[in-house]
Amino acid sequence: MYAQMIKSEATQDDPEKLAAFQARIDAGEKIEPKDWMPEGYRKTLIRQIGQHAHSEIVGQLPEGNWITRAPTLERKAILLAKVQDEAGHGLYLYCAAETLGVSRDEITEMLLDGRMKYSSIFNYPTLNWADIGAVGWLVDGAAIMNQVPLQRTSFGPYSRAMIRICKEESFHQRQGYDAIRKMAEGTPEQKKMAQDALNRLWYPSLMMFGPSDKDSVHSAQSMAWKIKMNTNDELRQKFVDQTVPQAEYLGLTVPDPDLKWNEERGHYDYTDPDWSEFFDVIKGNGPCNVDRLAARNKAWDDGKWVRDGLLAHARKKAARKHAAE
Amino acid sequence: MKNEWPLWEIFIRGQHGMSHRHVGSLHAPDAEMAIKNARDVYTRRNEGVSIWVVEANHIAASSPSDKGPLYEPSESKVYRHPTFFDIPDEVGAM
Ligand SMILES: [Fe+2]
Ligand SMILES: [Fe+2]
Repeated sequence: MYAQMIKSEATQDDPEKLAAFQARIDAGEKIEPKDWMPEGYRKTLIRQIGQHAHSEIVGQLPEGNWITRAPTLERKAILLAKVQDEAGHGLYLYCAAETLGVSRDEITEMLLDGRMKYSSIFNYPTLNWADIGAVGWLVDGAAIMNQVPLQRTSFGPYSRAMIRICKEESFHQRQGYDAIRKMAEGTPEQKKMAQDALNRLWYPSLMMFGPSDKDSVHSAQSMAWKIKMNTNDELRQKFVDQTVPQAEYLGLTVPDPDLKWNEERGHYDYTDPDWSEFFDVIKGNGPCNVDRLAARNKAWDDGKWVRDGLLAHARKKAARKHAAE
Repeated sequence: MKNEWPLWEIFIRGQHGMSHRHVGSLHAPDAEMAIKNARDVYTRRNEGVSIWVVEANHIAASSPSDKGPLYEPSESKVYRHPTFFDIPDEVGAM
């Protein structure tokens, strides 16, 4: 998902405190920043919320890439609003992470020097306008699958950030589906572009949910703590079941020859993505890893004089006011 | 980090005359910029008509360990709720 392969940190706390903490979570209580919490819970959450925040921020790059080249002024305004929302999502999540005792600069620097990750999906390029439609439809669609249950996560600030985010996500997915629908219903050439976008983005979208459950070793503790609400395969299946009819409506073909409805299971059978590609992208070898990190580093470095200047101005103003009192 | 912008807590009053409500936080160099940023971050869809910003380190908060002494005394005072009293039906709405 936006947070993939989050390893639960081991916890070495007083067993009695741990049991009381687990009882609170089992009773559906929210854990708030000043409450006692296991060190492992705190660290795992910083990593998970941080990775989620980084994904929102880095996720602006593939879409921002098309703002100036949107086909109409209306599409441009819509895409601009969508990308602005993603900046907001990043900010809500950074603030939630900060309540756990990590500073904004620290967490930003961990992204910039590669100590923290963002979702593998944003290491794929957006080659043409059809990709922008496909990203809203598929990538935001996949994100929603994971974010809706996370509204009930045990950590209060994370849950509240998720509630705000979910309110805005449906616009993202719908504008994407609307954009790709225009192309699927357009000229044969446009329809071909829509199909091509689906072909390229289908498996990377399935990868967003993380490795298959049988290879996903870190889930149990996170699920007990209610910071992971469903298994990777559960969410992936749900996404496939929801998306296939949407593709059919568009007259597009999901690029999986073995995809078929399984009457007995009540789900689609589908082909897993190529996991070696996924691990390779995670390691830094996707088509855009280098570009994405370079763009974030450049933005951070180029913005330094603005951050410093505004702070210096604020301090000077405060000192002047203080002197006048 | 000494050059990190301070954290501000953001409170917004919605359209319908309710009190300002805490909606989240953000970093800004000063109050003026905090209000401008709060407008962009927290009111993109008409969520509010008034914004308060308070620097986070100016907020004093009760601590979780005081939960017992602070809130338990009110638990035993059920007579503070109107439903404690039986009013005969004949009397009508009260
Ligand atoms: Fe988002
Ligand atoms: Fe989104």
